[in-house]
Amino acid sequence: MSEHRPRVGVVTFPGSLDDRDALRAVALMGGDPVPVWHADRSLGEADAVILPGGFSYGDYLRTGAIARFAPAMESVAAFATAGGPVLGICNGFQILCEAGLLPGALVRNRGLAFVCRWITVRVEHGSPGSAESSDNLTIGREGELLSVPIKHGEGRFVASAEELRRLEAAGQVAFRYCSPVGLVSDDFNPNGSAANIAGVWNEKGNVLGLMPHPEHAVDPDLGPTGGQPILQWLLSAARARVPA
Amino acid sequence: MTFHVVVGVRLKEGLLDPQGKAVESALPSLGWNNVSHVRVGKEIELEVDAPDEAAARAQVTEMAERFLSNPVIETFEILQVSQLVALHPSDEKAT
Repeated sequence: MSEHRPRVGVVTFPGSLDDRDALRAVALMGGDPVPVWHADRSLGEADAVILPGGFSYGDYLRTGAIARFAPAMESVAAFATAGGPVLGICNGFQILCEAGLLPGALVRNRGLAFVCRWITVRVEHGSPGSAESSDNLTIGREGELLSVPIKHGEGRFVASAEELRRLEAAGQVAFRYCSPVGLVSDDFNPNGSAANIAGVWNEKGNVLGLMPHPEHAVDPDLGPTGGQPILQWLLSAARARVPA
Repeated sequence: MTFHVVVGVRLKEGLLDPQGKAVESALPSLGWNNVSHVRVGKEIELEVDAPDEAAARAQVTEMAERFLSNPVIETFEILQVSQLVALHPSDEKAT
């Protein structure tokens, strides 16, 4: 394993909240964090990009609807289309869906309440596609459990029935909400997401979006570290793109 | 010419609307026990400068498709297009 510290750009929009935690998490996991400003087109020569959580543009119109037109997002879209690894967390996931870089949409939680608590997700596809890759470009084996926090009011993942079937068949479901021992059921669905879906891949597998916050779950001094394998995937994917 | 356009945006049929449910469950406490299927949508008003009504309508349709609504979860409808004839109060001051 090379000691290369890949550059990970973290985009700050007006109303982003978790950009600092994301930058810190990148550094803790061995990456080189690079702040990116929403109004800039430059991604700071990043090898990977994180769209952090928060309430960009006050969530006006729809969550992520206005942020997706930010100048930085043009560059993020081009970067993603070229195969660059992109991780969207919470509001970042919502922005990626609005931008059409990920399938589906995120709407008001089933119970209307804002939910803020530690939950467990089950890894469905640690890398996209039905065949699990054995190299380090995977978040984990199917069935592995990660303890991560959620904090959102609009995290209910929805897609048409046809789209959901396609996502399941293509192995694009990354995580599902589950019980602490891995039981996937409606009782452990915090927001009413279709099929308990907590995170999805794009078709190519270089863009990942999820409602839970891996950047708040990397430091063992502060609690569970279920976020580590997710950030590790991003860093490995970034390293794989950087010529050694 | 300036046109005043009203666009209605609704959650797709069949998609759970928790806001509508909350409103529905509050109505009986006000004495209305005969209400069901409450859905909450939104209405967006804009003023568009365009050569004619058809052009205004076409532009707002494109805005609605690309930005004002999300086709994954919502449907939209142009509810009203009317040509503005009166000047704005601010315009009157200026003249």
